[in-house]
Amino acid sequence: MPNIDASIALVAIAPFVAAALAPLLHRFTKPWTGWILALVPAAIFVFLLGLIEPVLATGAISARIGWVPAYGLDLSFYVDGLSLTFALTISGIGALIVVYSGAYLAGHPHLGRFLAFLLAFMGAMLGLVLADNMLALFMFWELTAVTSFLLIGFDAVRAAARRGAIQALVITNIGGMALLAGVILVQQLTGEWELSGLSALEGGLQSHGLYGLVLAFFLVAAFTKSAQFPLHFWLPNAMEAPTPVSAFLHSATMVQAGVYLLARTTPWLGDTVAWTTILVGFGSVTLIWGALGALKQTDLKQMLAQSTIASLGLLVLLIGLGTETAIAGMVIYFVAHALYKAGLFMVVGAIDHEAGTRDINALGGLAGKMPVTFAAAAFAGLGMFGLPPTIAFFAKEEMYLYLLSPDWQALAVLAVLIAGNALLAAVGALVVLKPFLGPATATPKSAHEAPLGLLAGPVILGIAGVVAALWLDGFGMIVLEPAATAILGEPFESHLTWLLNFANPVIWLSVFTWLLAALVYRRASQLRTLLRRFDTALGWTADTKFDAVMFGLIRFAGAVTRLLHHGRLEVYLVTVFSMLALALVVPLFGLGAIGALWPTAELGNWGAKLAWPDMQLHEWGVILLALAGLGAVVAAPNRLYSILAVGIQGTAVALIFLIFGAPDLAFTQLMVEILSVVILALVMTRLNLDERDHRPFEDWARDGTLALVCGAGVSLLLMVVLSGTLDTRLSDFFIATSVPIAHGANIVNVILVDYRGFDTLGEISVLMAAGTAILVLVRSSRKGRLLSPSTPPPAPVRGWVSLASAEPVPSKREVPAAKAGPVKAAKAARPKPAATAKAAKAGPAKAPKPTATRRKRTTP
Amino acid sequence: MNTVIFRTIAPMIVATVLVFSLYICLRGHNEPGGGFIGGLIAASAIAILGMATSAAKARRALHIDPLAIAGFGVLMAALSGLLSIFNGNPFLTSIWLYLDIGGSTVPLSTPLIFDLGVYCVVFGTIASIALALEGDDTEEL
Repeated sequence: MPNIDASIALVAIAPFVAAALAPLLHRFTKPWTGWILALVPAAIFVFLLGLIEPVLATGAISARIGWVPAYGLDLSFYVDGLSLTFALTISGIGALIVVYSGAYLAGHPHLGRFLAFLLAFMGAMLGLVLADNMLALFMFWELTAVTSFLLIGFDAVRAAARRGAIQALVITNIGGMALLAGVILVQQLTGEWELSGLSALEGGLQSHGLYGLVLAFFLVAAFTKSAQFPLHFWLPNAMEAPTPVSAFLHSATMVQAGVYLLARTTPWLGDTVAWTTILVGFGSVTLIWGALGALKQTDLKQMLAQSTIASLGLLVLLIGLGTETAIAGMVIYFVAHALYKAGLFMVVGAIDHEAGTRDINALGGLAGKMPVTFAAAAFAGLGMFGLPPTIAFFAKEEMYLYLLSPDWQALAVLAVLIAGNALLAAVGALVVLKPFLGPATATPKSAHEAPLGLLAGPVILGIAGVVAALWLDGFGMIVLEPAATAILGEPFESHLTWLLNFANPVIWLSVFTWLLAALVYRRASQLRTLLRRFDTALGWTADTKFDAVMFGLIRFAGAVTRLLHHGRLEVYLVTVFSMLALALVVPLFGLGAIGALWPTAELGNWGAKLAWPDMQLHEWGVILLALAGLGAVVAAPNRLYSILAVGIQGTAVALIFLIFGAPDLAFTQLMVEILSVVILALVMTRLNLDERDHRPFEDWARDGTLALVCGAGVSLLLMVVLSGTLDTRLSDFFIATSVPIAHGANIVNVILVDYRGFDTLGEISVLMAAGTAILVLVRSSRKGRLLSPSTPPPAPVRGWVSLASAEPVPSKREVPAAKAGPVKAAKAARPKPAATAKAAKAGPAKAPKPTATRRKRTTP
Repeated sequence: MNTVIFRTIAPMIVATVLVFSLYICLRGHNEPGGGFIGGLIAASAIAILGMATSAAKARRALHIDPLAIAGFGVLMAALSGLLSIFNGNPFLTSIWLYLDIGGSTVPLSTPLIFDLGVYCVVFGTIASIALALEGDDTEEL
């Protein structure tokens, strides 16, 4: 079917288009925006339903669009049972969430923007589960991180929301980077960009030597996204988002991306000792930790968030077990969890919306006031409790199946599963029963029934959970079998049945779970106190550690910046010239290039190399001029003379160019020399410097040595270059073609504007940027001078905050010069360039220097 | 610096040097010269004007902010390269046009426009730096 190609891509693209239009649409259709925009995910849902039949018939549908054909990359999509289950859940719940959001945030000025984020997130999630190309998977993976960042931080005026958003972004992006590394590594090992290709890979990657590394990358990606212990702490903090976001992100989408990745990679990464041990280990700890964490809370939303962590642990554990029944349990539990968790979040949002509080101790007796909400909550609660009329019951049955064996490992896992399920069931009971039953309590708002928009979602999801269970054969055939087949990589047959066999111990394990849950429910308050006491005794959480790490990172960055960017020109120059010296000396001596200069057998001795050059009188004159300039630079009594002497020396170099037939070079050199002298002199008059350059001996020795090493290095390098044979192919080419091709006789200019025109374009852009930067520097220095010294510079602040006011510290040499009293300093407040001498005599006082003391020769 | 002689002669020097700089720039394709050197010469002329009168007066004489001239230069150089798109060649491929005017042939080309762009950038950048350094403290840049 050729038209399926385009339409599958449309599934991933349509939400983004809708997102782009959402704010505009909201402007015109205010109260109905949610209902209208929900049509997009609803349409996708219906379209995906239509794919069930071909997927059942053929096992999978794939579609591809050329992406980067040069690298053999296609934007490919692949729909099999696993993708379809996830995509249907995402789009179905997505539609209900969009409706719910419209009602929940009714009247909010930024509802349009919110829905745009939500739809974009949904698009990213759909793309993630449908993508076949692993780079596309990575791209959508990162898109979910970015859009969820926007969603969690939607209420950006609150610091807690910003922190939650940043935390989610940081943690999940660590995983994103690991995923990218893993994807590239897998591609390098197998040459496959496509997941479908990898699943078909003979033997998988399990026996490869780098299997451990690949596994590590993918597990880090999945564990960060799916909030596995000890990286789980971002999930509760993400509850700062508006409730519809939590309902969507933490039921079927964001956090399930990691589960999806694990399920997807099972055929070629799974079923090894490492895989099973790690997944079962982390999954178990996360399950128990999350469930206990949920009991600790009294905020309904936080309870659900913590229980989501537990559910994610459960899913990871089941994938880790990897047996047929475990995978079946995982698929059923994923669907069941998505249905009841989204429903419960929406119910909690409705309670919050109507009653004004989410604290479990402040709520009670709402059943009478909000009967429909209670009914919806009861449906979802049955699911969370795992009672028979819901599909969740069968998830539990499947989990327990075949674990009751004499093998101690299986028994340990069984114990963890029973404990986890019991705790989760107790949390579910608390969330559903506490606010609705018991004596009515006064709430901040007088509670009444929620509007249709808030109720549609939970009611439909609650009913869906029951319908799926009642239509068990259909569910098994349409959802369970294709999905489990895709994960296991071999045909799977559903054996779900309503015929309960009371001789089978599994059903008694379920009963035991419920009894345990009831016990926990009755003792919830005592358990909470106990757990909180334990927390206080422990004194720290992963959350606070995260803050410490982030703060350490910022401090480290500040320290490095201060180390490298200290604002002292003197040290910068020493660094630059030291590096230059190294770059010259290392190749010369370290790599033996200097060998070219040693006398060879043909030349016989040093005498031939050191022959007195045969030069004309005027040539000697130029050399003498250069030497005189050099001597004057070193011997000049004050700075201005030094600068002029540099000009003399440069002129001599320009003359050498002229004599040896490079008029263009000579011309340019001369102009550059003139302008550098002018500009250096101008800079000198701007800086309040001593006329003379006093410096301690150690500075003098350091700078002198550096200068000698650099000079000697350049000279030796040139000699080495000249001792080799010159490859003239390039210059021959230019000489031969300059006139016929480029219509110009001046090769230098032709190269600049024609042959290497692109280079020149880059150079002039850099030149302009540098000019702008210098202008900004001059301007800021002027501002600094206008302010000082009537306002003393601020005291340096310790810690990274001081980065903001990085005022360069006056160098030590200025301190003795500051003998002049504050009265004289005030006189020098606005030194005009002409009055520099006076200002210099008065001393630079405490004026903060924008640039440091000395300027060496800078080339403009 | 601010002697009467210098102040009187400076405008003449500046005018001569500016014309000379253009000459150097235009002849650059066949003789020593080119946009870079021309720009440097022109910038030194403006620096002289700034010293003789004042940075503010030199700025007024220029009419256009030197940095804007530099920006225009980059734009001109880049656009000259784009012209080759119209005859289907890659970016910066040269196009030559020989005009017969009054018995002599005047070659016009995109590298010439490019070189004029270089001239503007070098001139504008160096002139703005020089004028900024020459300028008064109170002067707004």
